[in-house]
Amino acid sequence: MLSYTLKRLLTAVPTLLIVITISFFLMRVAPGGPFDGERQLPPEIEANLKAAYHLDEPLPQQYLRYMGNLLQGDFGPSFKYKDFSVTELIAQGFPVSLEIGGLAILVALLLGLPLGIIAALRRNTMIDYTVMGTALAGIAVPNFVIAPILALVFGVLLAWLPAGGWNGGALPNLVLPVIALSIQQIAYIARMMRASMIEVLGSHYIRTARAKGLSERQVIWRHAIRPALLPVTSYLGPAIAGIITGSVVIEQIFGIPGIGRYFVQAALNRDYTLVMGTVVFYGALIVLMNLLVDLLYSALDPQIRYDD
Amino acid sequence: MTTDTLSDNRLSLSDATAGESLGRDAWRRLKQNRAAMVSLVLLVVIAVTCLIGPYLLPWGLADVDWNAFSAAPSLESGHFLGTDANGRDLLTRTLYGGRVSLSVALVATFVSLVIGVLYGAISGYVGGRLDSLMMRFVDIMYSLPFMFLVILLMVVFGRNIFLIYAAIGAVEWLDMARIVRGQTLALKQREFIEAAHALGVRDRKIVTRHLIPNAIGPVIIYVTLTVPKVILLESFLSFLGLGVQEPLTSWGVLISEGTDMMQSAPWLLLVPSLFLAVTLFCLNFLGDGLRDALDPKTR
Amino acid sequence: MADNLLEIDNLSVDFQLPNGTVSAVKEVSFSIQPGETLALVGESGSGKSVSSTAAMRLLPELAQTSGAIRFKGEDLLSVTPKRMRRIRGNAISMIFQEPMTSLNPLQRIGAQIAEVLEKHLGLNRRQARPKVIELLEQVGIPEPSRRIDSYPYELSGGQRQRVMIAMALACEPELLIADEPTTALDVTVQAQILALLKDLQSRYGMAILFITHDLGIVRHFADRVCVMRHGELVESGTTGEVFGNPQHDYTRMLIDANPRGRKAPIDTTMPMLLEAEDVRVRFALKKRLFRASEYFEAVRGIDLSIRRGQTVGIVGESGSGKSTLGRALLRLLKSRGEIRFDGHDIATLDTGSMRPLRSRMQVVFQDPFGSLSPRMTVGEVISEGLRVHHPELNRRQREAQVIEALEEVALDPAMRNRYPHEFSGGQRQRIAIARALVLKPEFLLLDEPTSALDRSVQVTVIDLLRDLQQKHDLTYLFISHDLAVVRALADTVLVMKEGEVVEQGNTEEIFANPRERYTQELMRAAFVDAAA
Repeated sequence: MLSYTLKRLLTAVPTLLIVITISFFLMRVAPGGPFDGERQLPPEIEANLKAAYHLDEPLPQQYLRYMGNLLQGDFGPSFKYKDFSVTELIAQGFPVSLEIGGLAILVALLLGLPLGIIAALRRNTMIDYTVMGTALAGIAVPNFVIAPILALVFGVLLAWLPAGGWNGGALPNLVLPVIALSIQQIAYIARMMRASMIEVLGSHYIRTARAKGLSERQVIWRHAIRPALLPVTSYLGPAIAGIITGSVVIEQIFGIPGIGRYFVQAALNRDYTLVMGTVVFYGALIVLMNLLVDLLYSALDPQIRYDD
Repeated sequence: MTTDTLSDNRLSLSDATAGESLGRDAWRRLKQNRAAMVSLVLLVVIAVTCLIGPYLLPWGLADVDWNAFSAAPSLESGHFLGTDANGRDLLTRTLYGGRVSLSVALVATFVSLVIGVLYGAISGYVGGRLDSLMMRFVDIMYSLPFMFLVILLMVVFGRNIFLIYAAIGAVEWLDMARIVRGQTLALKQREFIEAAHALGVRDRKIVTRHLIPNAIGPVIIYVTLTVPKVILLESFLSFLGLGVQEPLTSWGVLISEGTDMMQSAPWLLLVPSLFLAVTLFCLNFLGDGLRDALDPKTR
Repeated sequence: MADNLLEIDNLSVDFQLPNGTVSAVKEVSFSIQPGETLALVGESGSGKSVSSTAAMRLLPELAQTSGAIRFKGEDLLSVTPKRMRRIRGNAISMIFQEPMTSLNPLQRIGAQIAEVLEKHLGLNRRQARPKVIELLEQVGIPEPSRRIDSYPYELSGGQRQRVMIAMALACEPELLIADEPTTALDVTVQAQILALLKDLQSRYGMAILFITHDLGIVRHFADRVCVMRHGELVESGTTGEVFGNPQHDYTRMLIDANPRGRKAPIDTTMPMLLEAEDVRVRFALKKRLFRASEYFEAVRGIDLSIRRGQTVGIVGESGSGKSTLGRALLRLLKSRGEIRFDGHDIATLDTGSMRPLRSRMQVVFQDPFGSLSPRMTVGEVISEGLRVHHPELNRRQREAQVIEALEEVALDPAMRNRYPHEFSGGQRQRIAIARALVLKPEFLLLDEPTSALDRSVQVTVIDLLRDLQQKHDLTYLFISHDLAVVRALADTVLVMKEGEVVEQGNTEEIFANPRERYTQELMRAAFVDAAA
């Protein structure tokens, strides 16, 4: 298990290298630069700025320099937020993003799993149809539609909750963004759990469990739920990636100071280092999460021995 | 054994409806699925409306009605669904936006289909070392934070509709490649493929006569599930301001504009959202229906 | 009778399906006395499994049951679910056909057996453990105190079935329902499991309701027999009565359905048609990108020669490499060694040069559901070879040959526009034979062509193969795990084990006097099956 983990961490290196390289050169071939502000800078000042940030060097040299700094954990200074380094910006933003994203995954599991199980056990009844119909609606309505509507209804019209802002992470400020971020994942997880539950309930070992004289509740809790969780577990990787992507919009709509919000702005501003920092950070996060999900899977399924 | 007995009996029942190909059989089952059929009809209506609707309306995409800025929906003014902050007719713009969204859906799905089917079929059919290599590459692609790269791509190369087609298609082919490879590998083991080899049927014919017709079911199902994903992705990019450029519009752009105005003119948010949601809803329903129809075991 | 342990009285089971009601069991009555073995025999779709599953009340919800199932006087169809659960796994227990999938894959086997003891005897996990080890020992699991912590995937099919038996016996039931418990197992394993059940029955004194399609097992195993067909009970009696003096035509047909007759000896001066020397096939176990792959050798240096008109039978259990050898001989798999067909050295031919020879050597596979493309009509399936080898034929000529081939395998030519899924297993196998025959081959590889079929259908397919051989002077390589079938069809037999030939020779001699221990074991196990 340990050697598998180490091996997986090693294969993450080329993946990250690809991400860094692609984004680095994409960013640099883009027209425009970080100093194209509204007011034209005098040429000599711009040249000085570029020299200060080593932007006057040939691209390969810049690339090597960036990689070298990266190895020392230095993401460089932000071009736009002049007084901050990228590391500082990420360190400020990430706890906020993590709180929203983590809560969203938690809510998605806590609601999605039971809903899927209930729908499977009450297959082809009104309960099943209602849950699955709602889930389909949840998948069909994207989070960037749900978010403003939630803000409009609960924030503005009813005024029960703040329509935006962070307020130091106060509970009322969390509710709407977390709901908006998790709805789609609740729906996906409920659908997957229902399907895999139905498949497990039709399997031979469930028949064996019933033949033992177990009650229906015992059959479900002891023999059905764990196997049914397996496909859902492997979906967790994509689910986490989906939540991270979703946070880019949600943070923008609700004005939450996480890192998702920085990303698009930074890209439009050609804030090279901040864009790179965000991409690298998220890339590493996704790779790490996928690894955790695989380890969780192997903990659930004894047959998976990561020996090759 | 119980289920065997059951399916045996079912077999003898279905003997009554003889001479039926699996495709026609599936269509018959799909027709019985009311939700899927309603979705299909709605989708056709939406597509046709987007296609010919703009010709029937008096307003052009960028026509400004100087008497109506942010006007509420009204029958009298002729702006059935109101106007935006620039005095442009919302219905007209939503229909034009639908054209863009739907065309992105079709083209990008087609791009993903072509790449995915070719990649998956080659990987699965050739097998061996090439297969391992190609699949290792797909694994790496999977773990990339793709959305971020697409966003970067849009920033870098500007908001060009062909780029959107290509970028989204390039993101969405991974699943298709995996599905097609899995199908190909499974089919390769099937005895009817071996029988065809034993008959001396050429590789090309085996692919066209045996592999493709038998792999097509899951591919169709997956295509119907890719279309809504693609629409979603396009509107997501548009929402972030990275989609198509003015004066062109798409549902995502309209929703984004509507979000800014939702307190004073909520219809600007609600109308395009409704179009998008109904379309996605119908596509998902149709995809589910197709899956049940093509693979009766899932019921 | 008052001392009946289980009494099935006028039992009917209907299934409500979307396209109508299917009656799976129709007014069936029979009874079991304590300690006896009753066999419920029938072919697929006879309702034998449905009636026994009904006794456990384990049928799916869409089943409607009427009549009565009395266990020691108590009608199981009307007791409360709670009471039923006290009986299941305790007084009545059940083992199933599918040993590979009947155990929960995520739980240790010890925990799964202990669960029954916890449920019915109120033991806790610690108290149950020594009892579980004892049970595992009784069902013949080696090193039970270590195996108790194994997961199902670490056990073979036979071992898993032993675990199922241990689970079923944990509470010393009065009745054990065994639903085709050995069908999915190899013959030697099957014999072991049957012996185990007999042994345990004498030790515990339980009654066994044994459901099977295999009359060979019934004859050696059961005290009494009930024969079912299309949901009805057609005959019942003691095993001696039923086998000695069958009353119903169907029973007689089933008993006669053992493959009979022997192949007429061939002229030993006939030329060799297929010769193979030192054939080896290996598979990569783990494909590695940058390192040498690990290989498994499935066929390890086999010599073989077949004369024109001869039938060579290859016998072996699963994993013996017999099917792999057959595919290698037809050049459907890569192999090493020499293969000559009618003087051509085919082992070295490329795909293109091999093609003309392919019409002369054809194949029929085991799985009647997998060997026909579901997207092609029967006519397209059969004519595909004609398109390859006789491109000069026009549509009408091809059609005429398809019709001829279908008539030859006794199928209605009018069915050629239908799709495979509309045919039964036996019919599909005939279609597969027609696909091969239409090319007028000289050599036919028959890879378990009857193994997936009911006995009564098997016999008709075997008769057909025999007629075709005589009529067209065909040469067969017949691969099977079923000794009775091979005995009826083959001139010579090869016994294979783990990729090697254990023994070979004239069919009669080998069957009369097997020399190798493995062959003897195989015969002993199979003769339960093939008393003919």
